[in-house]
Order: sequence, then C-alpha cells, then structure tokens
Amino acid sequence: MARSIKKGPYVDAKLEGKVLAINEGKGKRGVLKTWSRRSTITPDFVGHTFAVHNGNKFIPVYVTEFMVGHKLGEFAPTRNFKGHAGSKK
Amino acid sequence: MARIAGIDLPKNKRGEIGLTYIFGIGRSTAQYILTKSGIDWNKKVHEWNDDEQAAIRNVINNEFKVEGALRSEVQMSIKRLLDIACYRGLRHRKGLPLRGQRTRTNSRTRKGKRKTVAGKKKAPKK
Repeated sequence: MARSIKKGPYVDAKLEGKVLAINEGKGKRGVLKTWSRRSTITPDFVGHTFAVHNGNKFIPVYVTEFMVGHKLGEFAPTRNFKGHAGSKK
Repeated sequence: MARIAGIDLPKNKRGEIGLTYIFGIGRSTAQYILTKSGIDWNKKVHEWNDDEQAAIRNVINNEFKVEGALRSEVQMSIKRLLDIACYRGLRHRKGLPLRGQRTRTNSRTRKGKRKTVAGKKKAPKK
C-alpha cells in the first residue's frame, strides 16, 4: 500500500540535513556515504552522488531528476546474480 | 459502422461492451462515457446515430488517452525505469516480474516458455 500523502515522503532526517547543509554551502561536498536505502529521493538530492550501501559495499549513485520519488535503495541492488555454476553464456 | 479512435467497433454488441474494444477503455470507463453522452448502456453499437457517435468521440477525445497515445505513454514510463537503472528497470531488462513475486516457480507470463536446462537432474525419490 502506498504511503499516506499527509505524512509526505519519508527521508532520513540525518541524511536530509546533510544534503541541505551542502546545498546551502555549509558542509563538505562530495560523495555522501549512506546506509539509508529507505530514504525517498527528493528534488534537493538532484546532482549529488550518494554511496548507497547494498549490505556488502557502497554503490555510487548519481541522482538525476528522473529519480525523484524513488528510494535510494532501488539503485543499489542487493543481489547480484552472475549465472549458475558451470553454465556459460 | 461505428469507427471510434481508429478502431472499428463490433456492431452487434451492447455499447458498454463494444467500447471496451478500444485500448485504454474498460467496463467502468465505457459506462462513464455512455452516461456522460446520455446514451443507454444497453443500446447496441450499430443503433448509435451520428450525433451519439459524435458525443462519444467528444468525451473520449477530451478526457481519455487511448490507443497509440496511451501505448506510447506506457512505453515511455518503462523506458524511464530502464534509463535510471532502478530495481524495477533492471527487472524489466531481465524480463522478470517487478513486484517481488516468486520466480523459483511460476512467473511464466514474464519469463516466457520454459527453457529446459540440460544436465539438471531431478531430485532423487525417497
């Protein structure tokens, strides 16, 4: 079921704070490491690069305006299926 | 012969059903269109006169996206998912279900005909 509109999109407060700080010129620029896969991408995030944790390592995600409304986790796959053993492409 | 949105409607069906032959119009949309243009749902397609047909066309043109326009919109949405490389986009690329369904069995609609893997033994009985 979709989230109630009343609440607005969910963004981890800490992550949002960091992004806003960078947008205002405070805080250091660069890749933002985050474990918060559950955060919705808001328009403020556009143009930033996030290193999103996939449970194993950090996947760099460059946010474009088309990604707004999705969650960060959608861009860092947690399962990486490379094919069955012995089966050749 | 009623020709609406570039589709020939079956002339012996009731209007409510006949309209659903247009891509993008289902039962409830068809009923809405007929009510709005003041036509009885049960009136057969071939019984519509020119005024009624015009009224129907009017409602569809003004309020709904059908056929080609709708199809291209769907394609554009899928393309967007593919381009941003999100999870749903990746599933589209692989031709697997998008919404977390199981793929160990079933999912044949997305996966297509079974591809038998050579050398895969059946689990021994007992």
